[in-house]
This record gives sequence, C-alpha cells and structure tokens, in this order.
Amino acid sequence: MIKLTAKKLAVLLGLVALSGFLGNVQAKQISLLNVSYDPTRELYRDYNKAFTEYWNKKTGDQLTIDVSNGGSGKQARAVIDGLEADVVTLALASDINAIAEKTQLIPVDWQGKFPNNSSPYTSTIVFLVRKGNPKNIKDWNDLVKPGIGVITPNPKTSGGARWNFLAAWAYAKHKLGSDDAAKDFITKLFKNVPVLDTGARGATNTFVQRGIGDVLLAWENEALQSLQEEPGKFEIVTPSLSILAEPPVAIVEKTAAKHGTTEVAKAYIEYLYSDAGQELIAQHFYRPSNKAVLAKYEKNFPKVELVTIDSDFGGWKKAQSFYFGDGGVFDQIYKK
Amino acid sequence: MGGGITTLVSHSKNLKQSNRQVLKEPPWVRILLLAVALGFLFLFLVVPLLCVFIEAFKKGGQAYLDTFSDRNSQQAIFLTLKVCAIAVPLNVVFGVAAAWAITKFHFKGKNFLLTLIDLPFAVSPVISGLVFILIFSHTGFGEWLKDHGFKVVFNTPGIVLATLFVTFPFVARELIPLMQSQGSDEEQAAISLGASGWKTFWRVTLPNIKWGLLHGVVLCNARAMGEFGAVSVVSGHIQGKTNTIPLHIEVLYESSLYSASFAMASILTLLALITLIIKTIVERQHNQAA
Repeated sequence: MIKLTAKKLAVLLGLVALSGFLGNVQAKQISLLNVSYDPTRELYRDYNKAFTEYWNKKTGDQLTIDVSNGGSGKQARAVIDGLEADVVTLALASDINAIAEKTQLIPVDWQGKFPNNSSPYTSTIVFLVRKGNPKNIKDWNDLVKPGIGVITPNPKTSGGARWNFLAAWAYAKHKLGSDDAAKDFITKLFKNVPVLDTGARGATNTFVQRGIGDVLLAWENEALQSLQEEPGKFEIVTPSLSILAEPPVAIVEKTAAKHGTTEVAKAYIEYLYSDAGQELIAQHFYRPSNKAVLAKYEKNFPKVELVTIDSDFGGWKKAQSFYFGDGGVFDQIYKK
Repeated sequence: MGGGITTLVSHSKNLKQSNRQVLKEPPWVRILLLAVALGFLFLFLVVPLLCVFIEAFKKGGQAYLDTFSDRNSQQAIFLTLKVCAIAVPLNVVFGVAAAWAITKFHFKGKNFLLTLIDLPFAVSPVISGLVFILIFSHTGFGEWLKDHGFKVVFNTPGIVLATLFVTFPFVARELIPLMQSQGSDEEQAAISLGASGWKTFWRVTLPNIKWGLLHGVVLCNARAMGEFGAVSVVSGHIQGKTNTIPLHIEVLYESSLYSASFAMASILTLLALITLIIKTIVERQHNQAA
C-alpha cells in the first residue's frame, strides 16, 4: 500500500515536472517594466491589459507588465540610478536624452526609431478652474494678477511642469516681445504658486482634492480626466496660445537585451501606434496621432494655437539647460 | 535651644503640610488637567484613527474587501511583512549586542559608538535612502554586484537595507538605559559562581532585559512597517513588485482611489494595533506568572 502511494507520488511528480517543462517550451513567462511619467497610470493600466491579451494571442507567451509612475525627471533619474526599465514612456524628450547621455543604455538617435519623433500621441497645456470660473481666468495674463493661486508642479522634477513653464514663456514672448519681459512675466507667475509638487498627479490632487489654488496648469488629458471624475465641480479654460507637448517613448535597448525582452518591448511600443492602441489613447484624453481616431474624438480636443519646442525654443537639448539646468532661468527666478 | 527645636519641628510639619497640599490639588485643577490630556489624546489620536476607518468603509464593505483582492495590494502587504521579518530580527541581534557591549564593558570609543547608534535618528530618511543609491549604483562595488546578477536598489534587498538603517537605534536605545541602571553585579556574581558567558547571558541578562527588549522590538517593528521616506527613495515604485504598504497607499491616493488608499491605511493601522495588543498580552502574562 505504502509502496503504491510512493509510486503514484513519483508518477505525479514526474507529470508535474514534465508539464512544467513542456509549459516552458511552449509559452514563456516574460515580464516587462515600463517606467512612465505621472498621469499615465490609467492609460497604461488599460493598455497593458490589452497588450498582454494581444501578445498572448500572437505568441502564446504569458506577459506580465510592471509599471512605475512618477514625475518625469524623477523617473529618468531612477533609470540612470539603476532602475531596470525595458521601456521608458516619459513626458518629454529631454528626460530620455538624459538617460541616453548618462548611461548609454539608450542610443542617442533614439527619437528617430518610431514615427512622429517617437511620440505616439501629443497633448497640450490647459487651465482647470473651479465651477463658474469665480476668478474670471481667461488667459495666461490673468495668472500673474495678485491674489490668484496658481498650481503647477516643480519643473525640476516634473515634465508637465516644464511644458507649463514653456507655454507661459511662449505666450509672454509673443505678447511682450523680449526675453527679459518674458522672464518678468514668469517670475510674477511663480510668485502666485503656493505649492510645488514633484509630479503632475500630485499637483492635480492639491488642486482637486485639497482645494488649494484658483487655477491648475494641467496636461489636457489630466484636466479632462478630472472633469470626468468630479463632474460639475470644474471647468476647462483653453488659453489663446499653448504648446504642443510630445511625450516620447523609447526602448532601453541594453537593458532589454540583457533581459531578453527586445522583441516584446518593440511590439509594446508599436502597438501604441496601432488602431487599438490609438483608440485607448484617445479614450484617456491624449491626442492620438492617427488622424481617423483623432477625428472621432474631435470634440474633446479644441483647436488652439500651438507653438512647438523646436520652433520657439530651438529643441529640448537647448531649452533644457537654458531654462531648467543648474543656474538656468528657473533657478534665477527663485533666487529673486 | 528649645526654641530652635520647636522651630525645626514646626518647619518640618509645614513642609509635610505643603507636600500634602501639592499632592492634593483642588478637584477643578485635577479635572482640568485630565480634560486637557484626554482632549488632546482624542483630538490628535482617536479622531484621525477613526477618520481612517470611516473613510475606508465609505463605499461599503464590499469595496473595502475588493481593495485586498487586488494583486498589487496583496503584494504590498506581503512585501511589508517580509521586510519586517528580515529587518526586525537583525536589529534585535545588533541592538542586544551593542547594548551589552556598551553597558557591561569599558572600552575606548564607547561614546563614539553611542553617537553612531543615534545617527539614523538624526539623519533624514531621504538621505538614508540616497546613500544606498550612491553605494549600489555609482561605485565599482555596485557595478560588480549588478554584473553578477545582484539587484540591490530598486529591489527588495534595497528596501530591507533602508529599513534596517532607519530602525537601527530602536532596540539598542531601549536597552542601554535599562542595562545601565541594572549594572553588571548579577553577571559578575554568575561568572564568579562558574557560569559560562553564554549561560550568564541566557539565564541572567536576558530575563532581566526581556521587557525592555520586547518594547524595543515593538517600536522597531512599528517603524519598519510604516517607514516611507527612505524606502520611497530606493523602491523605484514598481507596482506589484517594490511598493510597500505606505508606498502603495500613496499610489492609490494619487490614482484617485481614495477608499482603497484608506483601506490600505486601515490595514497598516490594524497591524500597528495588533503589535501593541500582543505587547500588552505578553506583559500581562508575565505579571501573572511573577
């Protein structure tokens, strides 16, 4: 009897081992780490689910996608410090440039590897104000008036905050003409900022949940999502001029090669450009690059005059060190 | 002469009386003091704790339970318990060894060691985290470890290290004054009666310090579970992998999942309460045995 049980057990164990072995041959267990910026939590939660299913159907592999969210600059810093991301999806090109320059994990010509400067979608900066717009905020020049509380995260750690800063700068430059006048304008604007959070989501919480400030300088997607989550409490104000924000994506090539995830990482990014990916992107209020999908969701995305980082600021490489580097314009206005 | 004695006696009488007067405050003073103390406790301890639970159950019991069926939440709880299970015993060993060395022996550099033990209390947790990033990401040693497949920072070992660092002083700091007040007479007696060093430790020192030790462990565990700053720096915030309970609470809160974030907070609070209850039960059993 005992012998029989032992035999049975051995057969059972053998079967388990065999099935495990066969399972390994047929379908791999892969995990992929996407290090992303702050407001993409909801987008990538849904996108990861869709992509995992797509990848499983296509290859039979079981894919686990991990995500880390935080201020874009902070996230880039973590990757430089050794956070082993396979894919980075950040708020602006300069943060991926920083990883490429400091670690060589990403080739310096990364931005040409995928369509549209490696940005599967764009967005812009708008104002979120409280219902009825009690402070009557219409445009950027209303933000520098005394007694207006402006909420924006810290440009040193947040990508969205850098787009906020540059959009305000572009407005002032167009209206007032000179760099000095623009700097005065920005200085006045930041005098009205009571809290500098490290990331866009922190700033949204400060404005929406904690009720601080009169206007939130927000990603369009973040503002639209707040309207959806808290209906009837807020309004969006579109300024006369804003900036075309291009949040780019890249494969962290050396890390992916080490993990053996190069193929799936490439597919992960390419799927963002597919119809299904673009549809999810639009549903989460980002402006899709696919014209047909954009047309379908047009009512969410009003037409605004948009400057670009290349036309007005000579590209991110130049803008990053001039405005946000050590001793740059942002540091100067906080020294005053 | 006689006059002198009477003055002395009456003086001591006066003293006694004034002593009694000090102890017997008028009732309104006692009530006021009690009210202030209780009011303070209520306002700063009970109300916030109640708020955590009220907010957690705002969307009903089912929503509360749903939080814990989420894989990321389960993993955060598991990771926190795992980190505590490693960090607390290590700090107990260290704390007992350090307190033993400092209070029972004389050696050069004792004060320096004492100061070092206090360092984690003085240093901000952010710095405690950053040192580990520096060591394991920006030195040859760190590179060597990485090349040999040891991921320390942005991984569980980094979180354990950061937790160890911040909770380092709790056990030692609890034991040192206790062992100092006890002196080393009993140990000397045991040794002169022929007990070995180990035997002396197990049979004499440990029974003397066990309540202090338990208190230290409770504090150490509470801090280890709740540590945010240092862990936040070395975690990398990978959902479902390197988020401890406090970090996961932040993620949930920032993802606008308020009920869920307070549900997690209630678990952290419950874990803390359980730790305190265990301590009370053990203490009571000890008192009954004694």
